[in-house]
Amino acid sequence: MAFGAFATSAPVVESAPRRRSKVALLLLLPGIAYLALFFLVPLVSLVLTSFQAKTPGTDIGVYEYAFKIENYGFVFSTYSEHMLRSLLYAVVATALALLFSYPLAYFIGVTLRKFPLLQALSLTLVIAPFFISFLLRTLAWKQILSDEGPVISTLKALSLLGSDAHFTGTPGAVIFGLAYNFIPFMTLPIYTSLEKLDLRYVEAGSDLYASPVRTFLSVTLPLSAPGVISGTLLTFIPISGDFVNASNAFLGSSETAMVGNVIESQFFTSQNYPIAAALSIILMAAILILVSIYVRKSGTEDLV
Amino acid sequence: MIGRFFSRYTIWIYAVLAFVFLLIPIAYTIVFSFNDSRRTNISWRGFTLDNWVYLCDEQGVCQSFLNSVIVGLVATLLATTLGTMIAIALVRYRFRFRAATTLLLFLPMATPEIVLGTGLAAEFLTAGIPKGALTVILAHTMFCISFVVVTVRARVASLDPAMEEAGRDLYASPGQVFMRVTFPLLLPGIIAAALLSFALSFDDFIITNFNSGPFTTFPKYLYTAAAKGMPAEANVVASAVFFIAIIAVVVSQLSAAARRKRLAKQ
Repeated sequence: MAFGAFATSAPVVESAPRRRSKVALLLLLPGIAYLALFFLVPLVSLVLTSFQAKTPGTDIGVYEYAFKIENYGFVFSTYSEHMLRSLLYAVVATALALLFSYPLAYFIGVTLRKFPLLQALSLTLVIAPFFISFLLRTLAWKQILSDEGPVISTLKALSLLGSDAHFTGTPGAVIFGLAYNFIPFMTLPIYTSLEKLDLRYVEAGSDLYASPVRTFLSVTLPLSAPGVISGTLLTFIPISGDFVNASNAFLGSSETAMVGNVIESQFFTSQNYPIAAALSIILMAAILILVSIYVRKSGTEDLV
Repeated sequence: MIGRFFSRYTIWIYAVLAFVFLLIPIAYTIVFSFNDSRRTNISWRGFTLDNWVYLCDEQGVCQSFLNSVIVGLVATLLATTLGTMIAIALVRYRFRFRAATTLLLFLPMATPEIVLGTGLAAEFLTAGIPKGALTVILAHTMFCISFVVVTVRARVASLDPAMEEAGRDLYASPGQVFMRVTFPLLLPGIIAAALLSFALSFDDFIITNFNSGPFTTFPKYLYTAAAKGMPAEANVVASAVFFIAIIAVVVSQLSAAARRKRLAKQ
């Protein structure tokens, strides 16, 4: 969606270059100024805050500008475990969402081509979760998967699980929730590339006696790669900053705290804004580095 | 053939199961909006319509819902206006810093919400702006702009400039050309962008959490309530919103299908 949209806009009907570039300036200026003020300035503000030091002799939550680079040292030595955990959860949850979404997107984009009404209905079902708050959906899973809930109690009655087994509060539950919540972000971009897939290429593969698996791996999958890349980015980025699924009130416990949970508690409970800011900066830097490596490796730099 | 890798029936069975899986928590939320639950809506205690009828007896639910609607409307109006202007400029004009502009529009969508949220909070703290409805509206407008640009831009790109030229040839002023030709042709894209903005704003929790102070939106109410026990009235609001959104989508799809049929006949 977001990533793909910038690359694959509709066929552009360009008008001749206008002389009145003043009009362009007037059209651009308000929005660009707004983004500068409420996107760029906050990022700068975040960097400055991350170097702040406590104002001596004041209450909790009062800081002044300094160049306290130790904040970063403190964050790395104290919270590296949370960072690695966030990364691990995000990678696993993104992979699960991909495994779940690809066949579904294939079904909607290829199998349902001859049934436009069913196709529209299926797309509506994929985006239906967006229409109900993700907090309530996550809470619903918590109750469905709780120790007394229908799933776990049935498994226990069938002796498939020990009587003291539980799911909510475990890393598995958090990863499950993360994957579930971001499935539509994965399915829609993959559907968009599969929907445009020219089936004659696939037929050519089987005409040349390639096995179905071989045809899939060397024709279908590469042709849908832009959708897979957009989908994984749209899923991975929000997952790595999420703190709802991993929090105690939802699917997590204190052992599943991700970077987002640390930022939230530093911000609200400790009012330690410099540490919260340093964690945010590190999270953003890590994502930028990983994403640029990923995009380069997959050979689609023109995508973004 | 194509069917072989995902063999014919397996993929239908898989798809049905996948849709059921996606819809389980939605069905759960709707069913539990009818639960005769009193304080904590965890186990089923019998069917009632009381939660729906006496919705606003649970004060926080109605107030936070109203707050979310107001924030959503204002942020949508601002973001749609600013974003549409940018979209028109991007497609129709050549200007310097074009690449930089595209990057500036793209980055907010690629930044995790928690970074946007803490960044804005740091800015408001430094500038001494008290957190409340205003800061939430400012924040929501920011993250909606990029999505509006992406949505409207495609529509502007598919617009034939000859239409506007015809208007100018007939001595219409630039203002008249915009109001009579450009704007009506862009309207479907603008409406789609506005709906997307409203949905993004209405469901946002993470950025709101860091920038709302005492002001409570519906998602923020849910987050606080999750720790103490969710009242069934929250399920009522969420279910009602869900039904309205689904009806809107189905109606728009049916009317688009009807329009296609009409055009095909002509």
